[in-house]
Amino acid sequence: MERDASVFLLGEDIGTYGGAFKVTAGMWEKFGNDRVIDAPISESAIVGAAVGAALMGMRPVAEMQFMDFVSCGLDQIVNMAAKIHYRWGAAVPIVVRGPSGAGVHGGPFHSQSNEMWFVHTPGLKVVAPATAYDAKGLIKASIRDNNPVIFYEHKYLYRRIKDEVPDEDFIVPLGKAAVRREGNDIAVITYGAMVWVALEAAELLASDGISLEVVDLRTLLPYDEQCVLSSARKCSKVILLHEDTRVGGLAGELAAVIAEKAFADLDGPIVRVTAPDTPVPFSPPLEEYFLPNVQKIADAARQLAVY
Amino acid sequence: MAQARPTKSRKKTLSPDAKTLERMLYYLKLTREAETRIEQVLYRQGKIVGGVYVGRGQEAIGVGSAIQLLDGDVVLPSHRDFSSFLIRGFSLREIFCNWMARSNGPSRGRDNTLHIGDMGRNVIPIISHLGDTCPVACGVGMVLKWRQQGNVALVHFGEGTTSRGDVHEGMNMAAVMKLPVVFICNNNAYAYSTPTDKQYAVKDLAARGAAYGMPGVKVDGNDVLAVYSTVEKAIRRARSGGGPSFIECKTFRMTGHSAHDAAEYVPEKLFAQWKKKDPIARLEKIVLGNKILSRKQIDQLDEEVRKQVDDAVAYAEASPYPKSSDAREGVYCEDDCWWRSTPPVNE
Repeated sequence: MERDASVFLLGEDIGTYGGAFKVTAGMWEKFGNDRVIDAPISESAIVGAAVGAALMGMRPVAEMQFMDFVSCGLDQIVNMAAKIHYRWGAAVPIVVRGPSGAGVHGGPFHSQSNEMWFVHTPGLKVVAPATAYDAKGLIKASIRDNNPVIFYEHKYLYRRIKDEVPDEDFIVPLGKAAVRREGNDIAVITYGAMVWVALEAAELLASDGISLEVVDLRTLLPYDEQCVLSSARKCSKVILLHEDTRVGGLAGELAAVIAEKAFADLDGPIVRVTAPDTPVPFSPPLEEYFLPNVQKIADAARQLAVY
Repeated sequence: MAQARPTKSRKKTLSPDAKTLERMLYYLKLTREAETRIEQVLYRQGKIVGGVYVGRGQEAIGVGSAIQLLDGDVVLPSHRDFSSFLIRGFSLREIFCNWMARSNGPSRGRDNTLHIGDMGRNVIPIISHLGDTCPVACGVGMVLKWRQQGNVALVHFGEGTTSRGDVHEGMNMAAVMKLPVVFICNNNAYAYSTPTDKQYAVKDLAARGAAYGMPGVKVDGNDVLAVYSTVEKAIRRARSGGGPSFIECKTFRMTGHSAHDAAEYVPEKLFAQWKKKDPIARLEKIVLGNKILSRKQIDQLDEEVRKQVDDAVAYAEASPYPKSSDAREGVYCEDDCWWRSTPPVNE
């Protein structure tokens, strides 16, 4: 925002309050009413207004207080923002960002991973950082991108992940995955908070002599097909992991592309570890059952290692 | 962006001035002729691709509002505001190319009817999900307000659209943030086949303005001078920082919802009643009465308008369809974007 006067923030309780998760804390004090705007509870108007401002040359960043509520602004994203450039050639450089995901007992309306609504919408980009470094680099890249970007911040990571984030201006390019851990036996391809669960599983399995490679997609649309295929080919076995539910999850798409383009390199079935096809339940034992965890990944990896 | 200029004082006898009245008559006639050609000739000949939605009978709303916009103002027309596109500088040739799905229409064959936009001309088109442009107008209004150049955004929609949540969210946000947006409802009595008593329970939609904390005014939408002066007041208020207004233009859709719809659900007597209130005949009478144009000059104008439409139709018919494989292009806006790197065929 210091670098580019066209960047401004719009959302519910983001100004004086600093946002439900304090992501925008201190911004209102620094940039004032015109650039950190508290909006009414109107997700559709928030996204729609972001589109209008973007058409006028701005780079708005709209916050959904929880990404669950993006459903109320869905139409403006998938029908207005996503299609304008294709329809009449105007750039719509907006970012719609917010906290997603489960693990904090938020229940069915504060825990969803609904990224696939947008991955299935041509014209959008969908981003899901797993590290603090990436959160900074990817949000900057998203703001500077000329397309609508839907940016998923996993709420479980807000207070749990710590790493060195340089003060200087840098970006992490959209569309590029990162190999978080090199391995030889099984490629675990995942994103968001599940990257950390996969890394923990990799550590556990290393003592069993099973070597996991962990791929962090970082951008879900357009995803880094080259990186996905190269890890699949290298390990010959693949686990596709996500917190999102099973049917229609990104794992299905990745399984298809691996089967189409790297079939000959595979030594075993493509395995999915995902949440079941249910809403996200609230009570701890139910939510723990719902979420993929180290044990579920380890079980899947041990079965797959037999091939 | 042009700076808003203070409204010049006009002769008390004629408002707006003779020149503006003449231009309004021209745009009313051009709109009527073009839409009639599209709906009643080209569509029936199978030359129009896709649906046909026109604003016959309600042309005064687009004309009476867009005619007074300044360069830096932005308009978000509805699908029945053909005239707004013309007044903002879209040529008939461009528009007919779009209706006929040609590569050199503004959408290059990507989207039909009047779904054509261009920020160079400050026109943002609707999408079929009606009401979505109301929040978009708020974002436009925020930027106009920051620029402090006294510009405004006009957003048009029908009475059926007012039942959608986006209209509520947009009007509320505009009022809360005191944005320079004028919400213009063309209440044409039917939303597809649904009459107003199945759409809303207030007597006049204009009453809703008060509920949002903005002026709500109703006006005879078939009287271009009344539309002009009502919109003028709202624009003046918006330019001077007074915030948004809501205007309900009472009019009638002198056609079906679209060209395939014979509108048998509309009582014949309503068409007959509203035919007497035709906005073009009414302005013609004023123009003749004030001796701005003679009967002969009006006949010449009619002839001129017909020729312009003939030219646009011929041009569009001679224009190529898009190349099939271009369907894949321009999904994303990148530095070497197809929209900028590849000029449309025939341009």
